[in-house]
Amino acid sequence: MKHLLSINDLNHESALEILNLALQMQQVNTRDIKKLPALNGRTVANLFFEDSTRTRISFELAAKRLSADVINFAAKGSSVSKGESLKDTVQTLEAMGVEALIVRHNHSGAVNTIANAEWSKASVINAGDGTHEHPTQALLDALTIRQRLVGSTDTGDLSGLRVLFVGDILHSRVARSNLLLLKLLGAKVSVSAPATLIPAGIHSLCENVFFDLDDALHQGFDVVMMLRIQSERMNSAFMPNSGEYSFGWGLGDSRFASLNPKTVIMHPGPMNRGLEISSRAADSEQSAILDQVTNGVAVRMAVLYKLLAQEQSNG
Amino acid sequence: MVDAVKVFRNATLSSGEVVDIAIQSQDILEVGKNLAVSGEDIDCTGLIALQGFVDLHTHLREPGFEASETILTGSRAAAKGGFTAVHAMANTAPVADTAAVVEQVHALGVAAGYVHVQPIGAVTKGLEGKQLADLLKMNKSRARVTVFSDDGKCVFDSLLMRRALEYVKAFDGVIAQHAQDPNLTVDAKMNESQLAFELGLTGWPSVAEEAIIARDVLLTEHVGSRLHICHVSTAGSVEIIRWAKARGIKVTAEVTPHHLLLTEDLVKDYNPVYKVNPPLRSQTDVLALRAAVADGTIDIIATDHAPHTADSKDCEWGQAAFGMIGLESALAVAQTTLVETGLVGWERIEQLLSTNPAAISGLDRHGKSLVANNPANLVFINPTAKTKVSDQSESKSSNNPYVGLELFGEIVHTVFEGRFTVKNKLVQELNND
Repeated sequence: MKHLLSINDLNHESALEILNLALQMQQVNTRDIKKLPALNGRTVANLFFEDSTRTRISFELAAKRLSADVINFAAKGSSVSKGESLKDTVQTLEAMGVEALIVRHNHSGAVNTIANAEWSKASVINAGDGTHEHPTQALLDALTIRQRLVGSTDTGDLSGLRVLFVGDILHSRVARSNLLLLKLLGAKVSVSAPATLIPAGIHSLCENVFFDLDDALHQGFDVVMMLRIQSERMNSAFMPNSGEYSFGWGLGDSRFASLNPKTVIMHPGPMNRGLEISSRAADSEQSAILDQVTNGVAVRMAVLYKLLAQEQSNG
Repeated sequence: MVDAVKVFRNATLSSGEVVDIAIQSQDILEVGKNLAVSGEDIDCTGLIALQGFVDLHTHLREPGFEASETILTGSRAAAKGGFTAVHAMANTAPVADTAAVVEQVHALGVAAGYVHVQPIGAVTKGLEGKQLADLLKMNKSRARVTVFSDDGKCVFDSLLMRRALEYVKAFDGVIAQHAQDPNLTVDAKMNESQLAFELGLTGWPSVAEEAIIARDVLLTEHVGSRLHICHVSTAGSVEIIRWAKARGIKVTAEVTPHHLLLTEDLVKDYNPVYKVNPPLRSQTDVLALRAAVADGTIDIIATDHAPHTADSKDCEWGQAAFGMIGLESALAVAQTTLVETGLVGWERIEQLLSTNPAAISGLDRHGKSLVANNPANLVFINPTAKTKVSDQSESKSSNNPYVGLELFGEIVHTVFEGRFTVKNKLVQELNND
């Protein structure tokens, strides 16, 4: 495995391998000296064509904890904003000897383009491409779910767990990667959203589609993952306004109160408090939102380790 | 001085009849068995002779986008594909919305000399969809424009579309509609489907095409005019056109070679060579389009040859230009998808690629049957050739989605106005005085 572009690049075995590597990385992250020499002397570039703070610093921290040298290349303020093409940017970094490109891009499939073109020999890690995928987010979500609901040091899969995604499925790369990964790991995934945000062909990718969130919650889920709703969706007639969205699909205080206390609440961040999730829900004991952030570093260390230390020494 | 006679010996007509075809100057001299005519003999045993092909939908890119194609390079690609006439789409820079521009395109076609280059005029000024272009002036110009299209953009305003349909009745013109509701296709990048969701690409739903076709056939009926639908791509569109024809509405429809062969599955690796508008659809759509070609619902095959520079395809999917080239492979795709599958015979192929498009446009020297005194515009095909499509092209661009595929049928000779433009598969260098 040279690249991680999509959850489709993984199978049951390699997905678990990454989660279990992440468990080991978590040990490192609890030490006083949080550093491994695994990628000493290797160069990794964060190539971000779209604004992101949390994912970028999570990857940066992960690479640094593995002792890699990290370059941050943000499109804003760089030559990309002056019209430099993706090809030129990638070839430039290749010429400087970068061995891994961690890429976030506003166009779906831009990471595939970089990996498939002959512009660069670097490993490509998808840090979120358009509305396509965000595989490391799905991996950190799976690890979080396993630790909360199966066991903190468990090494198995998620068989039988029931997960509900709520919100903008149509535009969510987090939802796409999660639908694929959670299914791969044996979980049963359902979705709930206004019909305008339910994509064509979703039925073959999940167990159930609920237009009505209360009907869904009534079924009882082990995990409820709230997705961020973008304000521009209001302008494209996907929904009337934010108040209507909260009314129908927000995890407000009363819906939160009606949940089984064992149901785990998750959100990939950044949250719109008061829109898709209330503060009471987000900050509750049931919320695993900060665990997701913590696990992000470990999962990204695991991915970097697998792609750069294991695979390249094997091959 | 009398021009030399050429005699094409033992060619098979679309009817299946094997004949000799003698031509002299720009016309057919005689057609029959064992002609006792002397001249240059060309052995055509095993070759099928058809009327020269007519493309109703070609982007030649000149003026304005000569880095992708010129009228000369596009004409050579057309000849290589067996065409003797092409219709140059109006979305150039400047837009072909005045007599001056269409006359210029026409003149450059004459200068190139490989095919008849028939300009298409824009329906609206600047393709902006706001105000009609100089339709009458373009019709009365030396370019004699009869087909008008904003192709690349839909004439979306219902009133403007109605007026355009009415206005061209004065000179028996036809509006060729690019059927795409722009509001339903904002930022659309591929067919709306499960795959589009998985790839995270905004979907281009079938209904965006079908709703416009439904509206426009009704408008055409209401004002008693003539409508042509460009690049029909969905099974639902076929149903609407079938209904309209049964009702007696004067509508014709085209399908592109790529929509007869390729499906959306090809998009999965985000290779922009497969990015085209309307998008590649499902296998169900492909089969419905083939059936519609066979039963007459779809009248013609038109290439929508859309050359683009390498840079505009060597990038991420979202940035890449829409379109693929298709002049050189049109016959092979048609034979592979329609003849080899047993759906149609060669007479229907001749209608689809020659008679019908020439009739829609009203060309007087193309699409005419191969009999004495008709124009010598012909193509000779080796139907048994099975060749792997190479990336070599007469076109200036290489956005060819068929590279590597094995297709049946090969153009051996093309004769335009009595002269070889392609002989033994080679494009000829013409000495134009």
